[in-house]
Amino acid sequence: MYFESFAEFVAMGKHGAYVWSAYGITLVVLALNVVLPILARRRYLKDEARRLRREEVK
Amino acid sequence: MNWTWFHKWGSPKWFYEMSGRWLPWLGVAAILLLAVGLAWGLAFAPPEKYQLDSYRIIYIHVPAAFLAQSCYLLMAIAGVVSLVWKMKLADVALQQAAPIGAWLCFVSLVSGAIWGKPTWGTYWIWDARLTSMLILLFLYFGVIALGNAISNRDSAAKACAVLALVGAVNIPIIKYSVEFWNTLHQPATFTVTGKASMSADMWLPLLISVLGFYCFFATVLLMRMRLEVLRRESRASWVKAEVARLSGGNR
Amino acid sequence: MSNVFTLLLVREARLLFRRPAELANPLVFFAVVIALFPLAVGPESQQLRNLSPGLLWVAALLAVLLSLDGLFRSDFEDGSLEQWVVSPHPLSLLVLAKVVAHWLFSGLALVLLSPLLALMLGLPAHCVPVLLVSLLLGTPVLSLLGAVGAALTVGLKRGGLLLALLILPLYIPVLILGTGALQASLQGLPAAGQLLWMASLTALAVTLAPFAIAAGLKISIGE
Repeated sequence: MYFESFAEFVAMGKHGAYVWSAYGITLVVLALNVVLPILARRRYLKDEARRLRREEVK
Repeated sequence: MNWTWFHKWGSPKWFYEMSGRWLPWLGVAAILLLAVGLAWGLAFAPPEKYQLDSYRIIYIHVPAAFLAQSCYLLMAIAGVVSLVWKMKLADVALQQAAPIGAWLCFVSLVSGAIWGKPTWGTYWIWDARLTSMLILLFLYFGVIALGNAISNRDSAAKACAVLALVGAVNIPIIKYSVEFWNTLHQPATFTVTGKASMSADMWLPLLISVLGFYCFFATVLLMRMRLEVLRRESRASWVKAEVARLSGGNR
Repeated sequence: MSNVFTLLLVREARLLFRRPAELANPLVFFAVVIALFPLAVGPESQQLRNLSPGLLWVAALLAVLLSLDGLFRSDFEDGSLEQWVVSPHPLSLLVLAKVVAHWLFSGLALVLLSPLLALMLGLPAHCVPVLLVSLLLGTPVLSLLGAVGAALTVGLKRGGLLLALLILPLYIPVLILGTGALQASLQGLPAAGQLLWMASLTALAVTLAPFAIAAGLKISIGE
């Protein structure tokens, strides 16, 4: 571990705000790119299943 | 040479089944590589001589930049395959990859800008690399906008293929001209970190992060492509069976 | 083969001349945009002189882009574009004729107007030859690349802004080389290097762009 303490880790040698905002924004973007397709898939499957059931009934 | 492997890609069903098998492995690989690479880079790598700890942004900035460029290359290749072999899967790959590439380009620009403040004192600087990245983002926007504007699905895919190819041919020209422009206006070129002078415990986490980002990209791309394949082939019996199976548990 | 090219060139020229007022549009746009800048940044002559390479080039670039929006539209609407696509002649040749005709009456006209506007911005007289050559080599590339975008968006309503979004990033190398040549000339340095690079871009555009334009038209027709 390079840093002596957790406080030092957060501070990043007084560049903490920069490092953490960059990492934070990136992780949000990565998460969005995973979550949105998953939600879209779920929504599509639900709608499509409903549509197929309706067609079966006819 | 046996080209059957190539023509297998013409079958959406084959693709769906293969990708379904790879996806968990790619996902796990992405999470592991990213976690190891970023944690190592953040906490365990030694600080850089001049930039101290702000350089740790490199573990985000460089992989995102690599991916943004690789993604466009992928789109160009998919464009060629689509136009020459008329493979529908290539259409799907191109249009599903574009937004991911654009996001990663955005990450590269934002992380580069944030990195710039403690390093050069300003959030934005018109150096060759950042400017080229910005132009790449505009190229991405163009492909995405064109795909959304054309209503006919196959025409939209072909148009995006042509645009992606024209863009790809232009990218080296743009890169060289931006570098040239930069030398005109800034007598001394500023190198952020001399990669040659990075010690192993600095570039190893970088390598791992880059691999992690590639696995992440592959995972997300496959997820998006699979959904699009389901949409496109919705009338096929294998899709109906799949939809029934997946939503069988929930009502 | 070349007969078709000249026939089409003459036809396009004749069509363009039917509305002579429209031929003036890019020129007026060019002049007005140039006139906007002293109003915007102040009439101080040294500043204008330093900015003039960039201003002249950006204004010319925008004028070409705007004039290209309707390049294929009227042909698309009256069905003659479909005739071109199914004709036995290579579409890329027909398309090249169309773009050349268009350039002769827009890009070339801009080139001829540019020394006057350069004078108004304070560009010294010894830079004017470089200005003329850079625009002469650069505007065809702008027309050809713009035509690629016009071909891809011809079927779309309000394709104009989309056209700009698609094509402006591709214009950047031409812009950099053109302004680079002018700035070198302004500082008394030789501009031959930039101009030669520009010439190679022109050659590349003339040979490759027609194929991309033809592909774009086929896609738009096939909709």
